[in-house]
Amino acid sequence: MTSLLGHPAGGEGIGYSFSQPTAAPVKQHGFYPYTDNGGSTLGITGSDFAILAGDTRSTSGYNINSRMVPKVFKIGGDDETGEGAHIVLSVVGFAADGNALKERLDAVVKMYKYQHGKPMSVSACAQRLSTILYQKRFFPYYVTAILSGLDEEGKGALYSYDPVGSYEREQCRAAGAAASLIMPFLDNQVNFKNQYIPGSGEGHALEQKKAEPLPQATVEQLVRDAFTSAVERHIEVGDHLQMMIITRDGIQEVFHPLKKD
Amino acid sequence: MPGFDFSNYNRNAALHARGVPLPKATSTGTTIVGCIYDNGVVIAADTRATSGPIVADKNCEKLHYIAPKIWCAGAGTAADTEFTTALISSNVELHSLSTGRDPRVITCMTMLKQHLFRYQGHIGAYLVVAGVDPTGVGLYTVHAHGSTDKLPYVTMGSGSLAAMSVFESMWKPDLDKAGAVELCAEAIKAGIFNDLGSGSNVDVCVIENDKPTQLMRNYERPNERGQKERNYRFPRGTTAVLNQKIITKEDMKKYVTIETLSGDSNLAGDMDVDS
Repeated sequence: MTSLLGHPAGGEGIGYSFSQPTAAPVKQHGFYPYTDNGGSTLGITGSDFAILAGDTRSTSGYNINSRMVPKVFKIGGDDETGEGAHIVLSVVGFAADGNALKERLDAVVKMYKYQHGKPMSVSACAQRLSTILYQKRFFPYYVTAILSGLDEEGKGALYSYDPVGSYEREQCRAAGAAASLIMPFLDNQVNFKNQYIPGSGEGHALEQKKAEPLPQATVEQLVRDAFTSAVERHIEVGDHLQMMIITRDGIQEVFHPLKKD
Repeated sequence: MPGFDFSNYNRNAALHARGVPLPKATSTGTTIVGCIYDNGVVIAADTRATSGPIVADKNCEKLHYIAPKIWCAGAGTAADTEFTTALISSNVELHSLSTGRDPRVITCMTMLKQHLFRYQGHIGAYLVVAGVDPTGVGLYTVHAHGSTDKLPYVTMGSGSLAAMSVFESMWKPDLDKAGAVELCAEAIKAGIFNDLGSGSNVDVCVIENDKPTQLMRNYERPNERGQKERNYRFPRGTTAVLNQKIITKEDMKKYVTIETLSGDSNLAGDMDVDS
């Protein structure tokens, strides 16, 4: 009798399940190169300024790696202190990738200045950052980036990214662990979403409160309030608030204490 | 029917196999500690309750009553610590009534471990049991699987390593009451600041021989809420008002009926109430 199914010739008797030697299970090795270092960032623009902020806590699991790891960086400065820079980048997610991305963009912006003899515009830097992120489409930089500066007209500019380079210019954006806590607050307080002008109509026919650029002092207060609230309800946010305020006079960096529990 | 209700078990197992995630239980990713001293025992806890990375409760109570002189600090699944301690508290009271003696800490610990072992770790209660009884001072830890420990100073929860580092560097034999309270509070603070699962305030409970138990709720508050810089009150009319109806105080009478009940007006006074 010929086996039609191509079984080994010895298989004519009763087929015990243990008659065939079972192959040893293939050992699967795993390597996951990413970790989540928590934290949150936030950016808001005005008519002649932009503010990028982030907390300085670095976490892994329930542990605090450090209470002072800045997430907001000056890009394309003349020295290590970032003096002379006019672009700011914030990165949140996997800190090692964030650092690598910052270093790369910094080098790119510097090379641009050396080769062209003029500083890179924020819009050009924004497009370049998108390209850098998409180049690693199948092994991404595990970060949510926000790029900020002043545009050609001197207005506050802010670009937000996803980890693979999709980007958009916006008025405001929150990213990172507490993004879902902060973003609705920004929608309401910066773009005045769900706020109507009192007495402007009956029932649903009310006029929406129009969004307009906010003054710098107001934005600074909103940023600090957003973070003091995020700290209350998110365990990965805390320690210090780092703020970069970009105006035509340059970039001012300030730190504020946050709760440390 | 006594015990847990398993009637949804098969449905939930099938749902879970098809990719429906399990509901998230509020877990008290916690720091709890206990420490004995010359004439009693101190237990302490932080007050943060979390659900994943979100703070569910900023000032919850993790010190549970078992008997007047036996208290319990709980870590793990919030509901499990709450219900397990309440159940054991009830049984300890009945046991004390039936024997006519003050309950013992070791009895309480044994009842807890037998209950938890029966459920093979599925009841996620991690406890520090402490108290004074006729045999002296007692301090134990009970794990969800049913194992127990008896030590002069103990820590449990996600902040247990931070808290134990304080005990291991600062604990000494023959502490007095103030020293034990201070050491426990310090251990909890180590958890609050160095463990993300712990936070907010320090609760302390002191159980002393021949003295009433003192529960010091929010013994320390090292994490006061930050002041807001802006005012977030909306002017009236910011949200749409679709309709409104005003009910005056006089109109209220239309919605209520008042009836005078007949019968003995001194019903409660005649009842034989235990004093």
